[in-house]
Amino acid sequence: MKVDNIYKEEKKSAFVKLSEIIITMASRPSGLIGLSILVFHIILAFISPYIAPHDFKAIDPTLMLQAPSAEYWFGTDDLGRDVFTRTILGGRTALTITFFGSLIALLWGGLLGIFCGLVGGKIDDVVMRIVDAFLSIPWILAMLLIVSLLGTSTEVLIPALGFFYGKGIVRVARAATHDVIAKDFIVSARARGHSNFSIIWNEIIPNVRDAILVEGAMRWSWMLLGFSSLSFLGFGVSPPTPDWGLMISNARGLMSFAYWAVIAPIVGLSSLIIGINLTADAFAKALGIDRSTKAPV
Amino acid sequence: MMTDIIQKVKNLSIGFRSKKGDEILILKNISTNIKKGETVGIVGESGSGKSTLALAMMGYVKHGLYTIGGECQFNSSNLLKMKSKDLEKIRGRKIAMIPQNAGQALTPNLKIGYQIDEALQLHSDLDEREREKKISELLNKVRLPSPETIALRYPHELSGGQQQRVAVAMALAGTPDLLLLDEPTTGLDVTTQAHVLELLNFIAKDTGTSMVYVSHDLGAIAQVSDRIIVMYSGEIVLEGPSRDILKKPIHPYTYGLLKSIPKLSLAGLPESMPGSQPQPGTIQGGCSFFDRCNFSDDNCKNNSPKLEFLKDLNTSVRCFNYEKLVNENEVSQTVNKIKNKSLDKEILNLSEVSISYAKQKLLDQIFNRISDENPTVKDINIDIKKGETIALVGESGSGKSTILKSIAGLLRTKDGLIRFDEKRNLSSDLKERDPNDLRIIQLIFQNPDESLNPNHTVEEIIAQPLKLYFGLKGEELKKNIIDLLQKVRLGEFYMSRYPRQLSGGEKQRVAVARAFAAKPDIILCDEVTSALDVSVQAAVLNLLQQLKEDFGTTYIFVSHDLAVVRAISDRVAVLYQGRLCEVGPSNDVYKFPSHPYTEVLLGAVLEPDPDIKPKLVAEDIVEERPPEKGCSFQGRCSRIVGDICKKEIPPWQLTDSGNAIRCHIPIKELQKQQF
Repeated sequence: MKVDNIYKEEKKSAFVKLSEIIITMASRPSGLIGLSILVFHIILAFISPYIAPHDFKAIDPTLMLQAPSAEYWFGTDDLGRDVFTRTILGGRTALTITFFGSLIALLWGGLLGIFCGLVGGKIDDVVMRIVDAFLSIPWILAMLLIVSLLGTSTEVLIPALGFFYGKGIVRVARAATHDVIAKDFIVSARARGHSNFSIIWNEIIPNVRDAILVEGAMRWSWMLLGFSSLSFLGFGVSPPTPDWGLMISNARGLMSFAYWAVIAPIVGLSSLIIGINLTADAFAKALGIDRSTKAPV
Repeated sequence: MMTDIIQKVKNLSIGFRSKKGDEILILKNISTNIKKGETVGIVGESGSGKSTLALAMMGYVKHGLYTIGGECQFNSSNLLKMKSKDLEKIRGRKIAMIPQNAGQALTPNLKIGYQIDEALQLHSDLDEREREKKISELLNKVRLPSPETIALRYPHELSGGQQQRVAVAMALAGTPDLLLLDEPTTGLDVTTQAHVLELLNFIAKDTGTSMVYVSHDLGAIAQVSDRIIVMYSGEIVLEGPSRDILKKPIHPYTYGLLKSIPKLSLAGLPESMPGSQPQPGTIQGGCSFFDRCNFSDDNCKNNSPKLEFLKDLNTSVRCFNYEKLVNENEVSQTVNKIKNKSLDKEILNLSEVSISYAKQKLLDQIFNRISDENPTVKDINIDIKKGETIALVGESGSGKSTILKSIAGLLRTKDGLIRFDEKRNLSSDLKERDPNDLRIIQLIFQNPDESLNPNHTVEEIIAQPLKLYFGLKGEELKKNIIDLLQKVRLGEFYMSRYPRQLSGGEKQRVAVARAFAAKPDIILCDEVTSALDVSVQAAVLNLLQQLKEDFGTTYIFVSHDLAVVRAISDRVAVLYQGRLCEVGPSNDVYKFPSHPYTEVLLGAVLEPDPDIKPKLVAEDIVEERPPEKGCSFQGRCSRIVGDICKKEIPPWQLTDSGNAIRCHIPIKELQKQQF
């Protein structure tokens, strides 16, 4: 039997697979741009405390609202703090909180969605109606309620954001599960007598994983926006912690004469969101799931 | 002479570029002519390039493929170089296409009449009233009952056969000179298929339209075509008059293919062809059929043969050694006879089984019962002996897969008992079966693409039942997997492959290995060969037979293909609308007297022989629900004897050979009528 190299493909380790996916992503210009922005932000988040030129909370009334200069690259804000220092530090909290928030969203949303898709019937009906009910509540209102009741600590924000952004994932995971549930390999596993857990773990997850991961990556960028909105409203992290949402909120009144104080955090936030979005798109394309036809909810 | 040729394909090569940048050919240097008024059958297995060729004939090259060289001339202009504006004028008007699945080709939310009207508006210059007349005329021509009402229906309100007829009517709307048919009957029931083919034959004669009929089914091709082109991995390997090719194939591939098709007239398994068709781009040199050929020599390995025209046979053949076959007589089919052991121990007994798909009412849900006066499947009584192969036969909707599901515990029965091994009652609910009950019954599915998890390697797939039922681990597990792979004739190196890297036949072998891994007593085979290519089908059937002899397994074999059933089964049960019509040893079921429905089924079987025409006994109407009273087949029966058929359930009658028929007509009378 002839087996040519085009069709030969052996089982690869997860690491090889991942690096292949990343290479495919980077081979597209949009993917390369997205990846570079994202990697840049992540590296910056790690090293910014060591490279920050000034103290982020050092207030100096004599330096109020200085235009960008050699000393203060992005100028200073209304309290005389260095905008550059605060901008490179400002993504850390947002990135950390939303990253873990997305993981939680992925986990509960994905598992609940798969479970509902698998069992169907009454349980599915009830759970999905509850999810629908939550979807109909404006999230920012609900978030404000939670935050004002429980405070704005990281331990509250991560699960709260994770919960609100997981609802959408439930739907995606359930739909993806429905696509595979009718396939004969599931019927076959059932007829053999595998448990629901084993069917979910062995048969369904490998087939819906990609779709859920892509969805999770998209949710990450929305969550980032959501978190920054909370900060902007004063319910995110508290001052003087440098945070983009907070910085935009503080400096927005001064936009007409001290634009630098507001532009820097805006560029930081939007570039990160664009970076994540482009990466998620490239990720989807590299996995063969094209989202281009699907409109975001 | 030249004017007779309607389409001329000249040195056509179509291919794609692989990721590495190599040019891979799907069609290799194809040249052929389609003459006016003739029907040409293009036969080949999946991946042979037959559909690509048919599409190229209407100037269409699929996305991702491109023309490497050659042309498709229609009225002396090359379709492949034409602008899309000019192509629009030809497509539909001059060349029309009938797709494989009419149900998907028709727009679901537009009425049939409107859709045909659209085709007429595009392709004719008739005014509105003339068009309206033409619509009825067309629907009449494709023999749809009461055209006026059909025109007002939506596609989903028609049966598969009717949808296919509408597709034919739409194709005829532009009065094309050339009609391309891409597997037009593949998804249809046997009786419907025979009717549609007969219609196509009639239309070809009536309108003088040239037809190109693409199919993998030599039986269907034999019924319609004047000339046959046999394709193998992108090349024409044999081309000539239909009768000569089917009766005296002079290419080893066609010869082997015809040998491997099970036939009604022969009991037992046909000889199988080794291997499978090479993937495009994998042939290094030499003949593409080399490694599967019984007639090959060193010359075939190194040099690829050219298509040679033999004047005295009026046939073109691509083979160095065709002469060996020229002198060979008609395809002599060697058949591996099934050894029948004495069968007496009962292994599975179904008594009074009824299954309902009706939605439970609230009250019934509370009491956990099913109340349905007219269930989908009713009164099934079969006892299955250890080591036998029993086949459930019927068209789609006959309930054969439903019964299988209940045996597997996937679908609750309404009434009746499923008894295993003379003593143990099996619940039809999975949750109430213990692991051993689950182990003794294993399933093999129709489509291995769906039944194997695409994200598992072959090793992981076969390991599942071994881990679940026997708790095997480590070296022992691996040893067992290798053992099973060897039993289904796959090498050890398949362990690390994914299903997508296997051919259809190999995938089905993996599915067979997985079923046997559980060491089951009964294996339920749900249309296991219908998704496979013909040359591979025989090999899988032979494998199943071999394994059965080795392990003493009992098969319950569901199929719509009577020839396949004939080849493998010891006993046959014919089902119509979820009711048994006839049960008996397969030799007797295939002989008359038969139940009128069996007669219809047998008549509709297509044999790859132009001399054996299907007999169309009953109408190919589709019944949605079984009748509430009387015989299940009353709606379509041509031998109906009167009111009794509509009122009373017919009694079981035994023929001399122990074949049970459920009909009101006495056996003697039935015998007279059918001879």
